[in-house]
Amino acid sequence: MERLPRWADLVLVPLISLLLAGIISALVILSIGQSPTEALKTMVDGALGSAYGWGYTLYYATSFMFTGLAVTVAFHASLFNIGGEGQAQMGGLGVALVCLALPWPHWTLALPAAMIGGALFGAAWVAIPAYLQAKRGSHIVITTIMFNYIASALIIYMLVSVLKPVGQMDPATANFPPGTALPTLNEIPGLNLIFTKGVPANISLFVALIACFLVWVLLWRTRLGYEIRAFGRSEPAAKYAGISPVKVTMIAMLISGALAGLMSINNVMGEAGRLLQNSAEGAGFIGIAVALMGRNHPFGVFLAALLFGFLYQGGAELGLWTSIPIELRTVVQGLVILFTGALDQMVRMILGLFFRPRPVKVA
Amino acid sequence: MDYATLLQILDSTLRLATPLLLACLAGLYSERSGVFDIGLEGKMLMAAMCTGAVAYLTGSVWIGVLAGIAGSLIFAAVHGLASITFRGNQLISGVALNFVASGITVLVAQSMFQQGGRTPPLEGAARFNPITLPFADSASAIPIIGPFYAEVLSGHTALVYVALLMVPLTWWALYRTRFGLRLRAVGENPASVDTAGVSVVRLRYTALAITGILCGLAGAYMAAGLQAGFGKEMTAGRGYIALAALIFAKWRPWYALMATLLFGFFQALALRPDVIQSTLKFAIPVPALDALPYILTVVVLAGFVGRAIPPRAGGEPYVKER
Repeated sequence: MERLPRWADLVLVPLISLLLAGIISALVILSIGQSPTEALKTMVDGALGSAYGWGYTLYYATSFMFTGLAVTVAFHASLFNIGGEGQAQMGGLGVALVCLALPWPHWTLALPAAMIGGALFGAAWVAIPAYLQAKRGSHIVITTIMFNYIASALIIYMLVSVLKPVGQMDPATANFPPGTALPTLNEIPGLNLIFTKGVPANISLFVALIACFLVWVLLWRTRLGYEIRAFGRSEPAAKYAGISPVKVTMIAMLISGALAGLMSINNVMGEAGRLLQNSAEGAGFIGIAVALMGRNHPFGVFLAALLFGFLYQGGAELGLWTSIPIELRTVVQGLVILFTGALDQMVRMILGLFFRPRPVKVA
Repeated sequence: MDYATLLQILDSTLRLATPLLLACLAGLYSERSGVFDIGLEGKMLMAAMCTGAVAYLTGSVWIGVLAGIAGSLIFAAVHGLASITFRGNQLISGVALNFVASGITVLVAQSMFQQGGRTPPLEGAARFNPITLPFADSASAIPIIGPFYAEVLSGHTALVYVALLMVPLTWWALYRTRFGLRLRAVGENPASVDTAGVSVVRLRYTALAITGILCGLAGAYMAAGLQAGFGKEMTAGRGYIALAALIFAKWRPWYALMATLLFGFFQALALRPDVIQSTLKFAIPVPALDALPYILTVVVLAGFVGRAIPPRAGGEPYVKER
C-alpha cells in the first residue's frame, strides 16, 4: 500500500475517522426517528453557544486532557494503559485524603499538596500492573482492567465503611474544608468578564495545559522521553542500545498513572468538593479515545480533549432538551476509538485511493 | 451453615456461573484462534438487548435467542473486520465495541419502548422457564445426594444445561476434531497452518462466529433466564470476569467450567453476606467478595499459581508472505 504523506496521516486520518463516526451516529439518530441536524444544533448551542456552555465543555476537556496524556505516555512505550479509570478514582481518594487531612487555609497551599496526593495514588495504583508487566510479563491490558474493578470495589468499601461521616446516608466523604475550593473560571479576575455565571471549569484547566506542555518536553526533549519512544518502537533495539526494559516500563506506567490520578483535582477537588462513588465517570476510558484521536501527541490530545469536552457537554444537552438519550455520546466515543484505533488501516486505504499516483495510460 | 443453605448457595452459583461459562467458552474459541477479544462484554450486552426486545415483541423466547445471537454476531463481524481483515489493534477494537454496545443498547431500547432504556418485563413463554429434571421429586428422598440433585442440578432453565453441555462439546471439538487441531495451530503458529494450505482468515472468522453465537447465548440467558428483560449495563462486567476466568483456566474447557463455577460461587456468596458472617464468625466486606475474581486473576497472571501462557500468536494480525 502507498504510504500517505505525513500531513495526511496526521490530519486527515483522524478527521476522516471522526467523519465516519459522525455519519454512523447520524444514521443511528435517524433510525431512532430523530433529526441529526437538530441534534447537532442542540449540541453546538449547548456546548459552544454560550460562555456558560464553554464553562462545562472546558471542565470536561480538563479531565480528558489528563487521562488522554496518561494513555499517550503509555502508548509511546507501546503499553496500553486501559486502567486510567481506576487510577483516576484512586487519585480521587488521594486528593480527598489530602484535602480532609488539614484545615487548609488557602487553595494555593492545598492545590500542590492535593496534586501530589492524586498523582501518588494514581501512580501507586498502576505500580503493581506495571511491575508484573516489567518483571513477569503479565499482560498489562488485562491487569489494568482487573485493577479498575478492584479500585471501584476498594473505593466503595472506603466510602461506605471508612470515610463516610457518622449520620450521613449517601456513600461519600465529608465536604472538603472551604480552604480547598479551587477558583472557577468565573472567579478569576479577567476571565470573570467572559464567564458571568458559575461554571465548573476551574484553575485545573491551566494545570492540564501545563501538563500537556510538560509531557511534550518529556517525550521529545529529554533523554527519558527518547528512551520511552525507542522502547516503544522496538524493544530489542532499545535493549541493544542499553535501555532497561524494566526501568522504562515502570517509569512510563508510573507517569501514566500519575497523570490519570491528577485528573481528580478537576472533578473531586474543583467540582464536587468531596469524594463520591464512581468519581471519574468514565473519563479514564475517554482518555483512550482522546489519545488515539490526538495521534499520541500532547497538542493533538489538547484538541481531542476539547472535541470530547464538546461531545460530553453537547450530549448532556441532548439528554436534557431532546428525546435522544445521553448514551449517544458513548456510541460516538466507541466509534471514534474503533475508527482511529482499530480500523485505521481501512481509513488509510480509503485515503490511499486519493493519494495514489494515477496510472499512466499506455497508448 | 446448614446443608439447606449450602444447597441454596450452590443453586445460585450454577445460575450465576452460566453466563460466565458461556462467555468464557466464547472467548476460548476466539483467543485459541489468535484473536484477543475484550469485547465479550459488549457482545453479551447487545445480545441481551436484542433478546429482551424481540422476545417481548414476539412472545417467544426462542425467537428472542435467535435475535440475540444475530446481534452478537454483528459485533463479532465488526471485530473480525477490524482485527483480521484490516489487521488493526485487537484490544482497541474490543474496547471500542464495548463502548458502542453500552451506548447503542440503551439508545435502541429507549427509542423502542420509552422505559428509560429498559425492555418491558418478560413473562410466560417469552422467558426461559425452569426445567425439572426426571425423577427430581422422587430422588429428593435419598439423603444428601437426593436434595442436591433436586435443588441444585434440577430446576434450571434450558440454557444452563446447554452451557454445561458446551464444555464437553468444546473439549471434543478442540482436541478430537480436525477443526480443533487447526484452531489450536492457528493460534500458535498461523504460518504453519497457512503452509498446510488452510486459510488462516477463514479459520479465524469461523472462530469469531462461534464466539459470537456463544456470547449471544450468554446475553440471551442474562435477559430471559437470569432476569426478565434487558436493563442498562445489565452484564455489569461479566464479560471481563469471563475473560479473567479464561486466563484462570489457561484457555482449557474443563478448567473454564471450574473457574466460572468458582467465580459464580463468589458472586453467589456476595449476595448472602449473612451466611459468610455466621460461618466465618467475622464479616467480610461485600466489596472484597466482588473484587475477589479480579484479584485472583491478577495473581494467576503474575504466575504465582502456575504460569498462564496465552496462545502464542494471540493479538497479532497474520500477514501472509508474498
